[in-house]
Amino acid sequence: MTAFASELSSAPEPEEPLNDENEALPPGIGPYALAWRRLRRNKVAMFFGGLFLLVVVLCLLAPVYSHDLAHIGPATQNYGTVLVGGKQVPILSDHDIPIGPTWHLRHYFLGADDLGRDVAVRLLYGGRASLEIGLVGMLITMIFGTLCGVLAGYFRGWIDNLISRLNDIIWAYPAVLLGITIGTVLNVRGLGPFKSTTLMSTALVVGFVYIPYITRPVRAQVMMLREREFIDAARQQGMRPLRIMFSEILPNLSSTIIVFIPLMLANAIILEAALTYLGAGVKSPNASWGTMLQSGLQDFPAGFHNVLIPGLTLVITVMSVNIFGDGLRDALDPRSKVRGIGGGN
Amino acid sequence: MSRFVVRRLLTMVLLLFAISAVTFLLFIVALPGGNPASLIAGRLATAAEIHLINVRYGFDKPIYIQYLKTMGNIFTGAAYSYSQGFNVLSQIKAGLPATLSLAFGAGFFWLFASIVLGTLAAIHSGKYLDRVLTVLSMVGVSMPPFFLGALLIYYIGYKTGILPIGNYVPLTHNPAQWFWHLLAPWFTLSVLFIGFYSRVLRGSILDTVNEDYVRTARAKGLSERRVLVRHILRTSLLPIISLWGLDMAQVIGGGAILTETVYNLHGVGQLAAQSIGNFDTVTLMSIVMLTALAVVIMNALIDIFYAVLDPRIRL
Repeated sequence: MTAFASELSSAPEPEEPLNDENEALPPGIGPYALAWRRLRRNKVAMFFGGLFLLVVVLCLLAPVYSHDLAHIGPATQNYGTVLVGGKQVPILSDHDIPIGPTWHLRHYFLGADDLGRDVAVRLLYGGRASLEIGLVGMLITMIFGTLCGVLAGYFRGWIDNLISRLNDIIWAYPAVLLGITIGTVLNVRGLGPFKSTTLMSTALVVGFVYIPYITRPVRAQVMMLREREFIDAARQQGMRPLRIMFSEILPNLSSTIIVFIPLMLANAIILEAALTYLGAGVKSPNASWGTMLQSGLQDFPAGFHNVLIPGLTLVITVMSVNIFGDGLRDALDPRSKVRGIGGGN
Repeated sequence: MSRFVVRRLLTMVLLLFAISAVTFLLFIVALPGGNPASLIAGRLATAAEIHLINVRYGFDKPIYIQYLKTMGNIFTGAAYSYSQGFNVLSQIKAGLPATLSLAFGAGFFWLFASIVLGTLAAIHSGKYLDRVLTVLSMVGVSMPPFFLGALLIYYIGYKTGILPIGNYVPLTHNPAQWFWHLLAPWFTLSVLFIGFYSRVLRGSILDTVNEDYVRTARAKGLSERRVLVRHILRTSLLPIISLWGLDMAQVIGGGAILTETVYNLHGVGQLAAQSIGNFDTVTLMSIVMLTALAVVIMNALIDIFYAVLDPRIRL
């Protein structure tokens, strides 16, 4: 949640692979090949990495399922009954309470929501939105967080002061509170291309909130790196600061950055759901796992499967990312102290 | 030492000023749904009425005067919600008992549980129990509180009727009911922190185990329990305690928005969530300031606390 990884500074650089598992090292094997070898041996991490890939592929196939199997769009509403094999079958009971899953692959496999829309189709389309927001949000966090961290750590002085104080300001808000604040502003007014009608405004909010979580550890590591001999050598050769940052420092940060990617992806997906639940995220009729949870909770406790289905999907997806990320961290540097962070309370 | 404390407190004041300015700009300048005059006047207001309100509330004044006035109102308790008409401070005060009950109950539970689980995982590191606890902590950090809350309310509250379904009963009314109603919210809020903290503690213990002074303590012939409690845990707990301070500050300041909302506790966090829907900028701004205040003060306290413990930090 909060200050969690300033002790990252002790993370070793990838060019000195730690070898505390007594592996016989063939000459010339690179640090990433070594990490991949360790990761491959971690069955649990590989399983959950595969599970996450499966979720991604299924969500990408949403139009195929919607068009060729279910024959219904994500926003198509059906009140009352649908025709299944020549028979009229109800999907909403009296008072429009959704009936649960039908387990019929072609018709409302996971049942209907309160507006008679196909939950299975919406789950896949919603997954696309949630994953898209998670991905874009994560990219925003990683790019700006790394940029700020490298600039602050390399130049120090007033640039460091400015960036660090801005980070302190962002850090003083709880993630969810800052998220709903900016989310509300963006939803009302929009900012350039980030209109409330697109998913990108939520992605922007989600990405922005977590920037300090990357800036701090990156800054700490850059401050250590800049004192090393090879940076000195580069400076003596007359390299410009920008070139040193990109071609000398950035490659040495890559294992840190890789470790944070799954963590930030998981956090971004959870924060999207949280903001949407509070009404400051994705707006209906766009489907995301957050909007599905929110609309399922509106009828609570009736139609609880509409809370359970998107909720469990979300938890399983995020958990896969987290467990895979944990294994990735162990594989990249077994002694690193970076631990996970949660996504709002 | 006193110079360090003074400088740290000065930074704190500056940070608070910056936060208030950013919050103000975000809400008053950037939020257009919030032309406050039309919110106060209502839907059928004439232009003259709106003009009157603009003059009365000072919305026609320059932006820095408005800023000073708004902040003054927030900190003296004279702020009124533009859209709802209530006094903001009295609303926050009404929400505080629920928020504080939630924060302290959950806070001590998650601290205790993560110390126990983190230590257990570290002692059994690499073995079966460690793996089970790792997976559990992964489930914990992957669980959005409002979903966990909905699960508990549905299965334990609604279906089986073991626990009550949400709501807050004041401690002064009925202590037993207060406890009973808060049991599920405490657990819900704690799960995420337990998952996170126990992992941090596990790693921190495993780093300490190889320190020289731990070997010395063992060599002296101290019992394993004594080595663990007096030598290992003593240092390993430091990162946990500072995390705990910051997270508690957030929860006290209304940061447990999701838990409070899903259990309908009517605390400060839920007030924040409701004011979003109403475009109630003044209330939201006040709560943001309250939370920031709690976090910034706690941050400064932790820094000073660390500086007392470790003179090298006082640079």
